[in-house]
Amino acid sequence: MIAIIDYNAGNVRSVLFAMERLGYTAVLTSDPEQIRKADKVIFPGVGEASTTMAYLRSSGMNALIPALTQPVLGICLGMQLMCTHSEENNTPCLGIFPQQVKRFVADGLHKVPHMGWNSLENIRPGAFIPESMQGDYVYFVHSYYVEEGPYTIAQSHHILPFSAAMQKDNFFATQFHPEKSGRVGEAVLQHFLKL
Amino acid sequence: MVAKRIIPCLDIKDGRTVKGVNFVNLRDAGDPVELGKLYSDQGADELVFLDITATHEKRKTLSALARDIARNLNIPFTIGGGISALEDAHVLLESGADKISVNSAAVKNPSLIDELALHFGSQFVVTAIDAKWTGSDWIVFLSGGRVATERRLMEWAKECQERGAGEILFTSMDHDGTKAGFACEALAALSDQLDIPIIASGGAGSKAHFLEVFTEGKADAALAASIFHFHEIGIPDLKQYLGTHGVPIRL
Repeated sequence: MIAIIDYNAGNVRSVLFAMERLGYTAVLTSDPEQIRKADKVIFPGVGEASTTMAYLRSSGMNALIPALTQPVLGICLGMQLMCTHSEENNTPCLGIFPQQVKRFVADGLHKVPHMGWNSLENIRPGAFIPESMQGDYVYFVHSYYVEEGPYTIAQSHHILPFSAAMQKDNFFATQFHPEKSGRVGEAVLQHFLKL
Repeated sequence: MVAKRIIPCLDIKDGRTVKGVNFVNLRDAGDPVELGKLYSDQGADELVFLDITATHEKRKTLSALARDIARNLNIPFTIGGGISALEDAHVLLESGADKISVNSAAVKNPSLIDELALHFGSQFVVTAIDAKWTGSDWIVFLSGGRVATERRLMEWAKECQERGAGEILFTSMDHDGTKAGFACEALAALSDQLDIPIIASGGAGSKAHFLEVFTEGKADAALAASIFHFHEIGIPDLKQYLGTHGVPIRL
């Protein structure tokens, strides 16, 4: 069973629909027991960092998520909240990835939010995203980004190179939305689900 | 580098597409989901569904449609048409819509943009602006272009950005339906003066027009309806053409 963490965030339903399209059974849940017992956990997210972290703290999810031992996939804001700290309203996050989340600064040539399809580059050999996806386009919507770091397994470039995907132990994360990234995105989800 | 986006726009009435004519290879061209899927398979980067239903059943049919689209499509989509309250937007988000577009309601009540951005995030809020060149400036129009306002395009677009809109969808009423090209000059000015992405709409008639709107017009995305619906331009062919002309595009 796949648990999609249901919290105060936008468009979690799209992730559920993507699971259904791929033939998996998934539940939207905020029940700690159900999340703990799931084979896989997806931590989706569209929203703002500080209100989301406040919600996670109030529900005890801030302790639960980093303690999970099964494969966990953070998506978009989910990935950012797995980092140490976000510049978005100066928010301490879950600290799974020792990374800072920073705001893109529009430079006249590049728009903020970074919105649309961008390519995956420098995919690290052996990562959960196969190297064959090098150059493939995936869908992003975000104004904050995770710097490149030791756990970055793929990067994209907008104003500067940033982490498109990360991986550490049982924690996996994508800044892009695999559930909105066409066939490429579905393949990324498949790779995670088959771990 | 982020790719320029090609966005087919589908007009919806009572849950059915109204311009989706002449699709021999579709079982039901009036089905927004089936038509949307076809475009998605052809390489559309995003879809816009514009609801023109004017009945009290609207909210219900529109959320059912959003759910149906979200269930079946794996690319982002925007729903627009008559959204005037936070609750309308909330229902659509819950149903799986990635973005909503607001137009007249935002002009009448600009703080709607602030509220939407605050509750659902800027990425969820597209502000659609219809404007017409009056000889000295671009004037914003309401209600599908029937009612002129006091607002000027550039000022209003900037205000939308400041209030938290995530994108501007600008339709030039002078160009819409002409198939003579997009309003590149105005689009470039918008793109230069705003930080958020600009979606160009109105005037697409040839592949060269798309090339123009992405180069001279500096648009981030281009929206069109009839040229796609009537097979005048195929999306794969268009994207190939743009790619060979150096436009960053998802192929």
